[in-house]
Amino acid sequence: MSLFRVFDISSSAMHAQSARLNAVASNLANAESVTSSNGQPYRAKQVVFQAAPVGTGKNALGVKVAGVIEDQSPAKLVFDPRHPLADANGYVAMPNVNAVEEMTNMISASRAYQTNVEVMNTAKTLLMRTLSLGQA
Amino acid sequence: MLARIDDYFRVQETALKLRSARQELLAANIANADTPGYKARDVDFSSAFSAALAGKSSQPLTTSNSRHLQSGSSSDVFPASALLYRGETQSSIDGNTVNVDKEMVEFSDNALRYQAELTFMQKRIETLSAAIKSN
Repeated sequence: MSLFRVFDISSSAMHAQSARLNAVASNLANAESVTSSNGQPYRAKQVVFQAAPVGTGKNALGVKVAGVIEDQSPAKLVFDPRHPLADANGYVAMPNVNAVEEMTNMISASRAYQTNVEVMNTAKTLLMRTLSLGQA
Repeated sequence: MLARIDDYFRVQETALKLRSARQELLAANIANADTPGYKARDVDFSSAFSAALAGKSSQPLTTSNSRHLQSGSSSDVFPASALLYRGETQSSIDGNTVNVDKEMVEFSDNALRYQAELTFMQKRIETLSAAIKSN
């Protein structure tokens, strides 16, 4: 029954989108983290999506989180000679988090999540109506 | 007589089966709206429907031995050849061709038509049961 697989597909997409939302939250929270566990400034994390089959169907693909990559763009240098982590020239390496990019990502992820919830609701309505078929 | 009851329900049954399979395809398109390189898929419903009614919907799986996997083991309703790629409206740099608005429209349209088929099916059942019960 194909309608049951709509749940699997939509839930895989919701899972992927919430992972993306998670990465956005982490990036925004650490937008000012000058140092992290490895001693380097925090690097923005991006979630990579990949289409992957769910269950036995091969025609309709779900979404899989292929991995989380670190943004390799250079750290932002801020001139602050009094900062304890400033280099010899007085520059502090700040995380390469772009707040505008992250906010856009957040809106996109939350909209996509909502759309998938709607898809799931529609599938549920159709299934409920199918279950009551033939009952007078 | 039983075969005729089967024929009586066949059109609605086929339509419901194909509509639910298409619903799954459209859900996959919406789910992959942000997946790089994903191409939106859809089927030509009228040709898939006429092919299914003509009995050509079963998967063309060739078996040369009785112990080979039978086509019933695959859960895909549409054969791979029936799946088409949706024409691109706005190309994106990551190669994704999903237009969420278009997919939502198709999804709602398909859901409505599925419900219409359910109503037709319900009426057919009622008609048949009225014919059986009346004396």
